[in-house]
Amino acid sequence: MSGDFERVSVVQLGRHYGRRRALTDLSFTARAGDIVGLLGPNGAGKSTLLAILATLLVASAGRVEYGDATMSEGGADLRARIGMLGHDLFLYPELTARENLAFFGRLYGLPDVDRRVAGALERAGLTARGDEAVSSYSRGMRQRVALERALLHEPRLLLLDEPFTGLDQVSAAALVTRLRQEQARGVITLLATHDLDVVDGLLTEVVFLRGGRRTHGTDAGGALRDRYREAMQSA
Amino acid sequence: MTTAVKMQLAAATLMFAVAPWVINAAPHEATMGLVYKIYFFHMPSAWMFMLGAIVAGVASARFLFTKNPKFDATAVAAAELAVLFGLLTLVSGPLWARKAWGLWWVWDARLTSSLMLFLIFLAYLLLRQFGGPGSEKLSAGLALFGLANVPFIYVSVNVWRTLHPKTSVVPTLPVEMGRPLWFCVTAFLLLFLALLSLRSSLERQRARIDALYLAEDEA
Amino acid sequence: MRAFFRVAALVVRKDLTVEVRSFEVLSTTLFFAVTVVLIFAFGFVQEGVPVDGVAAAILWIALAFSGTLALGRTFERERQADTLRALMLAPADRPALYVGKLAGILMLMALVEAVLVPMVGLMFQAPIFVAPGWLAGLLAAGTLGFAAVGTLFAAMLVRARSRDVLLPVLLYPMTVPVMIAGVRGTAALFQAEPDLGLAQFWLALLVFFDAVFVTLALWTFEPLMTD
Repeated sequence: MSGDFERVSVVQLGRHYGRRRALTDLSFTARAGDIVGLLGPNGAGKSTLLAILATLLVASAGRVEYGDATMSEGGADLRARIGMLGHDLFLYPELTARENLAFFGRLYGLPDVDRRVAGALERAGLTARGDEAVSSYSRGMRQRVALERALLHEPRLLLLDEPFTGLDQVSAAALVTRLRQEQARGVITLLATHDLDVVDGLLTEVVFLRGGRRTHGTDAGGALRDRYREAMQSA
Repeated sequence: MTTAVKMQLAAATLMFAVAPWVINAAPHEATMGLVYKIYFFHMPSAWMFMLGAIVAGVASARFLFTKNPKFDATAVAAAELAVLFGLLTLVSGPLWARKAWGLWWVWDARLTSSLMLFLIFLAYLLLRQFGGPGSEKLSAGLALFGLANVPFIYVSVNVWRTLHPKTSVVPTLPVEMGRPLWFCVTAFLLLFLALLSLRSSLERQRARIDALYLAEDEA
Repeated sequence: MRAFFRVAALVVRKDLTVEVRSFEVLSTTLFFAVTVVLIFAFGFVQEGVPVDGVAAAILWIALAFSGTLALGRTFERERQADTLRALMLAPADRPALYVGKLAGILMLMALVEAVLVPMVGLMFQAPIFVAPGWLAGLLAAGTLGFAAVGTLFAAMLVRARSRDVLLPVLLYPMTVPVMIAGVRGTAALFQAEPDLGLAQFWLALLVFFDAVFVTLALWTFEPLMTD
């Protein structure tokens, strides 16, 4: 399987650790150009779901379909089409932004790494400071580098775990812009977050999670914050 | 408890009850007198220890590559038995050594190798206990490495010992004492098999209980 | 095959670059190794004369202790920003990541040995130049065996609880043959009349151990690291 996929489907997905359920009977589909929000309180299972989608964790029940193939057939080819921005950013603090990007670029076997890295630094607006250690950056700057790292290999599926944490308004707006750019390219984006106001208007679809299960509010419109509150109160 | 296990336990209990008489009937050994008869428990314990280690190692390898939890259940049962019988071996060994040669520990090659392997399987249990979630897989790796290590441990300890002149008498194995030995080995083997069945089914049932909890949660 | 070594080389280069920025792991490991040798010296040197045959043992013990420390520190680095996850996410061959990490540890231990061997030679009057080729061979094969098992264990323990104390608990019993072979082989070389035949036996055992356990580690790395 080396082709691209147009959709990602989660089918009756379950995951448990001993007696603790992390996810139960979860189903939804995301297509190219979708930005799906995974919303829910802490411990709802958002990070677990993202880890399973990234093929880092195996499901206890159900399956994930990437286009027409399932995860077990994926392997390295599938991982090459997935990009992830973790909560801990996945950057080596002692290395510069340029070095971090170049390392991962080469690890992914990308051609023409130096040019891509230069382009990524420019998109992050960090060309001037690209040769300073990442540990000297602010949270917002590190976030931008981390996002470019996740996008360097032009993935089809983008997974973001709490990307707006600790970002000021300017940085958050820049992130939103970047995500829209990727959306226009047909990337499937899944985004777990607590920052409801920021993503209101950005998301094309919402999955509310509580206690590992999907909950629904009424499908009336309205602010995301209100829909969230309603979804959490029902079920 | 299945019928097979019940029979194994019954037979083992019977044999252990009779064992003192069987052992008593064994010929007297000239130099060591009564003491050497500890061998009839020491030797089978050592063999069951090795058997436990082998079963644990093989089951662990199968668990690692098939991810089937029933292999993990067998592995942990076998590892616990390895620790149990290893402890019996390591206690009966020095008891014999003390009475026979006046020293508790004589760095005998076989006993020292057993101690090393014992530590590996003790570490297996520590890892399962304190390693947190996911430690079943990690301990499987440890057991597999432990099994692969057996020849190396044995050779290195053996050569290490035999090239040093000893100040005390080298403990050698007494002449095969035939019937009492095989009697005890059989008794120990029946006990081992019974315990292995019981403990691994206990482990499988624990997993079933977890699954039931989860299923109820769903309802 | 080329991709495999390319990935391993990338990981080594990255680790080297990170280390060179601060030399934190190297300096602390070296310092610790030297301290261990000194502490043992206080125990074993009586009236200014070292107890017979103790040099080999102290050398290998210091290597085992400092090696364990270095292993823990190296993987702690990958925990910091969860970069180990990022490595597992990449479409790279997983055993190649293991080889890269192993190579990095070997380089570090080689540097530590470069300091410890002369030090032990000096403090315990050990004849380190009598059979330098054999000594180097023993050290290389022994370090490889220790590091091969250690790198696997340290990697698999990264997400476990109590990982700091569990690493030595798991590693030391498993590497007993390496310790025995290393110490006895080195002692054979340090004797008044070096026993090269014996050293050769121990070296052969170490090489055999290395072959078996590196293969085993490559084989089990992926199942142990994936959930």
